[in-house]
Amino acid sequence: MPSVLHVSNLGKTFTLHQQNGVTLPVLSEINFQLEAGECLILRGRSGAGKSTLLRALYGNYLPTDGSIRVRHAGAWLEMVGAPPRSILAARRSTLGYVSQFLRVIPRVSALDVVTEPALARGVDPEKARRRARSLLDNLNIPERLWRLSPSTFSGGERQRVNIARGFMVDWPIFLLDEPTASLDAANRGIVLELIAHAKKRGAAMIGIFHDEAACEAVADRYLEMGAQPAYQKTGETKYACGTNFQ
Amino acid sequence: MTLSAISFSPETAARQFLPVSDPDDSMPILSVRDLTRLYGPEKGCQNVSFDLYPGEVLGIVGESGSGKSTLLAALSGRFAPSGGTVRYCQTSGEWLDIYATSEARRRQLFRTEWGFVEQNPRDGLRMGVSAGANIGERLMAQGARHYGDLRAAGLQWLSHVEIDPARLDDFPRAFSGGMQQRLQIARNLVSSPRLLFMDEPTGGLDVSVQARLLDLLRGLTREFSLSVILVTHDLAVARLLADRLMVMRRSRVVESGLADQILDDPQHPYTQLLVSSILQT
Amino acid sequence: MNERMNETAAPPQSEDSYNFAYLDEQTKRMIRRALLKAVAIPGYQVPFSGREMPLPYGWGTGGIQLTAAILGENDVLKVIDQGADDTTNAVSIRRFFARTAAIKTTTRTQEASVIQTRHRIPETPLQHGQIMVFQVPIPEPLRFIEPSERETRAMHALEDYGVMHVKLYEDIAAFGHIATSYAYPVRVAGRYIMDPSPIPKFDNPKLHKSPALMLFGAGREKRIYAVPPYTEVESLDFEDHPFEIPRWESCCALCGSQESYLDEIVTDDEGGRLFLCSDTDYCETRQNAMNMTKGGA
Repeated sequence: MPSVLHVSNLGKTFTLHQQNGVTLPVLSEINFQLEAGECLILRGRSGAGKSTLLRALYGNYLPTDGSIRVRHAGAWLEMVGAPPRSILAARRSTLGYVSQFLRVIPRVSALDVVTEPALARGVDPEKARRRARSLLDNLNIPERLWRLSPSTFSGGERQRVNIARGFMVDWPIFLLDEPTASLDAANRGIVLELIAHAKKRGAAMIGIFHDEAACEAVADRYLEMGAQPAYQKTGETKYACGTNFQ
Repeated sequence: MTLSAISFSPETAARQFLPVSDPDDSMPILSVRDLTRLYGPEKGCQNVSFDLYPGEVLGIVGESGSGKSTLLAALSGRFAPSGGTVRYCQTSGEWLDIYATSEARRRQLFRTEWGFVEQNPRDGLRMGVSAGANIGERLMAQGARHYGDLRAAGLQWLSHVEIDPARLDDFPRAFSGGMQQRLQIARNLVSSPRLLFMDEPTGGLDVSVQARLLDLLRGLTREFSLSVILVTHDLAVARLLADRLMVMRRSRVVESGLADQILDDPQHPYTQLLVSSILQT
Repeated sequence: MNERMNETAAPPQSEDSYNFAYLDEQTKRMIRRALLKAVAIPGYQVPFSGREMPLPYGWGTGGIQLTAAILGENDVLKVIDQGADDTTNAVSIRRFFARTAAIKTTTRTQEASVIQTRHRIPETPLQHGQIMVFQVPIPEPLRFIEPSERETRAMHALEDYGVMHVKLYEDIAAFGHIATSYAYPVRVAGRYIMDPSPIPKFDNPKLHKSPALMLFGAGREKRIYAVPPYTEVESLDFEDHPFEIPRWESCCALCGSQESYLDEIVTDDEGGRLFLCSDTDYCETRQNAMNMTKGGA
């Protein structure tokens, strides 16, 4: 399978100027590659930098050094130092980010929240809405809520709306930040099904899952983060991946 | 932040089959270099440079007195800067130096390809004429001489900005603040501008009305793929509307980049202070 | 009526102590220079340093200065106020020049070489060589919507005239038709937008390609503008609401004219009313002609 993501020597150090310039080295010397159809699970204790890595891959955090190359629109896009519009273009068509937290936009209905990524890609609105409806339906969001803004929804409902949004489009690369956290068994099963389906289609995934069963179900490889050296779960993978903590 | 060199190792040979995409494949719509206008030491703006691309929404944030509004005035052709250039890429693809061209051409731009949404709608509307005349003015200035067509455009734009079309003949002073602001937006967008300047568009509005206006603006900027330069001190507004941010402090741009990156991972001490003290989302 | 005819025959005694036509020669030269510029740029408002005149602002101080500057010893002056030769303002101004310039005055449009007017253009077609002098209260047609003089000047300079149609749009929106009935804005020679002074829009077509020279003077605002002979003067309008002049269902009660601009006169408390020509000279000429025909028959 073709490689879709190259991360080399990635480092991220936070400097907190408001707190006497304290520096927090969170990521350093991260190296890995990702192929289409592959799922890489990030593992490590809390604070090991798993979410930081996902956010850096999405362009949300600014890496301190290293390189992130994404296969985007038939070319490699260097995300580190890329102009905002290039990162936005990659987010529009290549990188999907599914988190457990939905940033609610006032007055925008759940259906529109879910449909938006498809419209941004230029998908036919009617087709997009059909898919959005079926996703919301699968994730057990009652139809009477579709026309309402998720600002009034419960935490679980918001999370599921966000998952529907995340799976609205066939992203080549998924960044999954605990999508199954705090879901009940039935809904977790549906999310895992969505993931499996996307994988089968050829999507590459990097995810954080706290629930071991979910990990087992989707993982091809693991990337250990934190003090320990990385190890690979499946022998077939030919790329080294891991972290060297300084 | 430095862009580290990439070493091509044998196992990463796969990527060499693909070209590295060139981010500069399209032309900017506005190109700004070393723009300076100072009223006193660190009062105003200095050495501001950036390119704005078609469809981009650029937010300029910073506290009061940081020079945001001065910068906006200099960018939008309202006050000549003391140094630097503002160049606009016309529909024809030719560059126009805003301050080197004639006043006549500047004015023509202002009422056709550019728009300006004032913080106070009273400054951007003609309060003494009806909503329909406010909307139709740009069209009439461009030579529209058919009353029926002007009315049709007025009706269409009122519903676009979610004002009851039955109020076409009402005066703006009979409108609420939020409606006046939406009318001002309609008045600007009727000429299908490519570039829109906005100065604190949600400034004087109630929170509930703000949300509605923000949502409308968000939709309109996408629907008409407008390039927007937006001045705001409200970081929540910036997050919702802007693709990119420039953070100003004491007349200088201290940080710029992707909007959510600036807000979630600010680098400059001042931005960190701004984000930690204001943003609670 | 005969009294007025006598006026021409026996002018009031002239006042030798005044310079010819009241104004000093330097002032007249200054005004003539402004007039030349105004004629050269049709419709453009030329500032001039207007003088104090022995009548209040609003009574024609602009027009009277222009008249003073252009009068020669052989000129014949007619003065009308809303079409009438016999109103206080018209009589006073006519007598003023009769005394200070010792020139001939007349009420006959055809005989006059200079006609100073407030708010009308005579019905009798003007001829080559005649000069109309209009009294103008507010010379700036953009003033109603733009209070800043600096801005209106820039708008004229850059032909930034979009707002003019805003006013007409508002008329149609409010009344269903363009209700502006006087001071109806015109475009002169395809360039400047001009306020034709508060003449009824009925008179606007008379400005278009008129053989006479039209001069406009605003005393309070100290502006002069002009429409040279045979200049295009186009009234602003919309494609689907074209410029129209008013028509009356009745005709003049005295001369029977159906073509002239009519004033409505209330005759009693029972709602009785009459329509009369606003142009008294035109009306009298027609009445005299009718009497002649009757007498001859």
